[in-house]
Amino acid sequence: MDSLNSYLVIAAVLFALGIYGVITRKNAVAILMGIELILNSANINFIAFNRFGGMETLDGHVFSIFVIVLAAAEAAVALAIVINLFKNIGSVNVDDADLLKG
Amino acid sequence: MGENIFLMIAGLVIASAFWVVFSPNLIHSAVSLLFTLFGTAGLYVFLYADFIAATQVVIYVGGILVLIIFGVMLTNRIDTPSIAAGSANQFIGGIGAFAIFVMQIGVIFNTPWQIGNNQSRETTVDTIGKLLLNEYLLPFEIVSILLLAALMGAALLSRRN
Repeated sequence: MDSLNSYLVIAAVLFALGIYGVITRKNAVAILMGIELILNSANINFIAFNRFGGMETLDGHVFSIFVIVLAAAEAAVALAIVINLFKNIGSVNVDDADLLKG
Repeated sequence: MGENIFLMIAGLVIASAFWVVFSPNLIHSAVSLLFTLFGTAGLYVFLYADFIAATQVVIYVGGILVLIIFGVMLTNRIDTPSIAAGSANQFIGGIGAFAIFVMQIGVIFNTPWQIGNNQSRETTVDTIGKLLLNEYLLPFEIVSILLLAALMGAALLSRRN
């Protein structure tokens, strides 16, 4: 059970759920949660390949640290944008954010 | 014993990720995301990645999740009993996500992965530190500048004017 494929399947499930959340959710914060799921699944893949792929070094760990840093930056900027959206149109429903529509 | 714990953690991760996506209440989604992130840290421990597991708990659970809950609280009326999180396009989203999942499963089980087992059960911190300051020094510096710029931009965006 503790093999490469089981981790890859878990990551695939997380990725598909994250895609589903990003497509279906209306609330911008909920979409952000879907993106976090996708980034986590990518991280699981990095670490699993590093563990089971016959690697001598820990390059996968370094890559996943970079992914975590980018996720932190993305969450901070996205939430600032969401709060501004709420200030400007009084809602965080992404369907309401159509000010640029002609 | 270890196998049972692995199955429990995997089940926890997948079940709570389901609830993140399908819960009708946004607060429930956020709390469910907590369990997903903790379970992922547990998976990292199974993969001998002690430093990444600690980083996951500190940054994701302690930082990003708190930010997300702040976002939920700041953009809704707290006096409503349940903060609704509506869904749309369930059919298209379900088809698309399922197609991606099937494709990934096909790739996972049809590719002859190169399997080796050269990782030892020792602490990874010193190796990661040496990698970050030798081989990955330039990406490390670039990502620190990016993080600084992103945090300054976020502070500028959310400032009261």
